[in-house]
Amino acid sequence: MTLQGLLVVAAALFAIGVYGALSQQSIVMVMMGLELMINGVLLAGGGFWAFLAPTPQVQVALLVVISAMTVEMALGFAVTVLLYRSREVDMVDMATDLSG
Amino acid sequence: MWQTVTFWVLAGVAVAAGVAVFRVASMARATYALAVSFVAVGLALVVVGLDYLGIVTVLMMVMEMAVMAVYMVMFMMNPGGLMPMSMVHSPRGAAGLAAGTFVMLSAAAVGVPWPDRSRAVSGDATAALGGAIMGSQMLVMMLVGALLFATIVATVVLAARATRYDRLGRDLRAARRAGPSARNARGPHDPRVDGAAGQVTS
Repeated sequence: MTLQGLLVVAAALFAIGVYGALSQQSIVMVMMGLELMINGVLLAGGGFWAFLAPTPQVQVALLVVISAMTVEMALGFAVTVLLYRSREVDMVDMATDLSG
Repeated sequence: MWQTVTFWVLAGVAVAAGVAVFRVASMARATYALAVSFVAVGLALVVVGLDYLGIVTVLMMVMEMAVMAVYMVMFMMNPGGLMPMSMVHSPRGAAGLAAGTFVMLSAAAVGVPWPDRSRAVSGDATAALGGAIMGSQMLVMMLVGALLFATIVATVVLAARATRYDRLGRDLRAARRAGPSARNARGPHDPRVDGAAGQVTS
């Protein structure tokens, strides 16, 4: 187990999340892609802590990342509920009012 | 040795489960695949020595995925996957971008001359984190707490159905503009009394 190997795994998770966030039509599936990206960031942060700087500050930074993930999830679902209630829309292709 | 083997097994499970999220037809299975990926990453964090963060990740993500499964059933047209359908757009472009991202990040991970560890892992990482949260990093935790509270308020405001105050309009004066006849005809507390345009009424 090396830092490079751990970072490659984290990069794989991040890339899978990028694919999901870009390709999925459903809002919930896009959010799952975003969650996978943050999953990769968490793993990379853990690797940096273990192999570069095993300090409490890095752990606090990872706690902030986990909190950011929680906030993103909560607000994303709230917006999803609002969109569905107002227009019965659950796909990103039907919520493109701000594009162009 | 066992750490390395365990880590790579967990890494394989995490990546495979991540791929499964976007391959299975059932949305419920996709949610549980994401949960498995997160559990594997949480356990990997435990393997590298971050006990508290790993367990927190496992606990939080299991609960989040349980909630997400409910949302899947609520909003998606095919939660059980009985009618396999493709709900993607620009899959090739997305796959290309994802592959490019992986190549770039991996190249950076392998090519960067990472420095040696600044210091040895000393003592209990969890105790050190607790001391930091209660000491030098308390401001960070206070801000995170305020942020989470703001999130709760924002989510309730966004997701709540039209409440008793929406009938009064944004300036809370719609009932006065509607006039006394409208109020008397329908009663002072009738939510349909609304003089502001575009207000959601019950």
